[in-house]
Amino acid sequence: MPTWFYPVLEGVIAFFLVAGGLFAFIGSLGLTHLKDFYMRLHGPSKTTTLGVGCVLMASMIYFRATTGHFSFQEMLVSIFLFITAPVTAHLLSKAALHQKLVADSRTRNVPERLEVAEEPDEVNAESSESRLP
Amino acid sequence: MIKPRSRLLPTPMLSVLLLIVWLMLQNSVAPGQILLGAVLAIAIPILTYRFWEPQPDLQKPWRLISYFLRVIMDIIIANLQVSYLILNPRAKFRPAFVRYPLELEEKFPITLLSSTITLTPGTVSAYLTLDGRHLIIHALDVEDEQELIDEIRQRYERPLKEIFEC
Repeated sequence: MPTWFYPVLEGVIAFFLVAGGLFAFIGSLGLTHLKDFYMRLHGPSKTTTLGVGCVLMASMIYFRATTGHFSFQEMLVSIFLFITAPVTAHLLSKAALHQKLVADSRTRNVPERLEVAEEPDEVNAESSESRLP
Repeated sequence: MIKPRSRLLPTPMLSVLLLIVWLMLQNSVAPGQILLGAVLAIAIPILTYRFWEPQPDLQKPWRLISYFLRVIMDIIIANLQVSYLILNPRAKFRPAFVRYPLELEEKFPITLLSSTITLTPGTVSAYLTLDGRHLIIHALDVEDEQELIDEIRQRYERPLKEIFEC
C-alpha cells in the first residue's frame, strides 16, 4: 500500500471509533432521559448495537492494515449481537407486560390483559399427587 | 423434533454453518482446523437434533441478501432517528402499542420479523400472542397506526414471506 494511504485509514478508523462511542453514549443517555420502561428499551436495543458495530468495524480495519490478514472474529461478534439484542429486548418487554409495569400516560392502546397459557391437566395432577404424603 | 433424512448428517445446513462459524472463530483455514471443525459440525447436530424443530425451507435464499442489506440501512437510519429523539429536549413522543396482525405462520420467519422490527426505526416487538397470529409492538413515536402496520408489511413481512413460503 502507498504511504499516503495510512493517514486516510487512520482517519477512517478514528471516525468509526468516535461514531461508535457517540452512539453507545446516546443509547445510555436514553436510559436516563426517557420516561417509562418501554421507551427506555428503545435506546439500548438499537443504538448500542450500532455503537458496538462501529467499534468492531474500526477494529477490523485496524487489524487488516497492521497484520495484513483479514480477521473475521469481529464479524461474528456483530452477527451474534444482532441476533441476541432483539431477543433480549423482546423478553424484557414481555416480562414488563406480564408485570403490568405502568406505561407513560401518553401511551395509547396499552394492552390491558394478556392471555396466559393454560397449564395441561396432567401436570396439575402430577404435582398435586406429589404433594400428598 | 425433526425427522433426520440421514443418520450421519441430520441437519446438513446446520453442519455447514457450524463449520463456517468454527473457521471464522479460529480465523484460519489450516487443514487441522478444518478437520476439527468438521468433527464438531458432525458431532453437534447428532447430539442436539432431537431439540430442533422442523424449519421451513428457504425458497429464495438469494433474496435474503437484499433483505439484510435493507435491514442494515434501516438500522443506521433507526439509530439516527432514535438519537435525535433522545437528544432533542423538545421532541414530542407519541408512544403507542400497536397490534400487528401477522401473515407469516412459521416460527422462524416470525422470529426474524420480530428481531427486524426491534432493530429498525422506533419500534420494539414486545409480545407475541399465544396463538401466534398477532405481534404487539411498542412504538416510540407513532402518528397513524395503520400506516406503521402497512409499512412493516411492505418492507419486511412480504419479502420474508417470499423468501420462506411462496
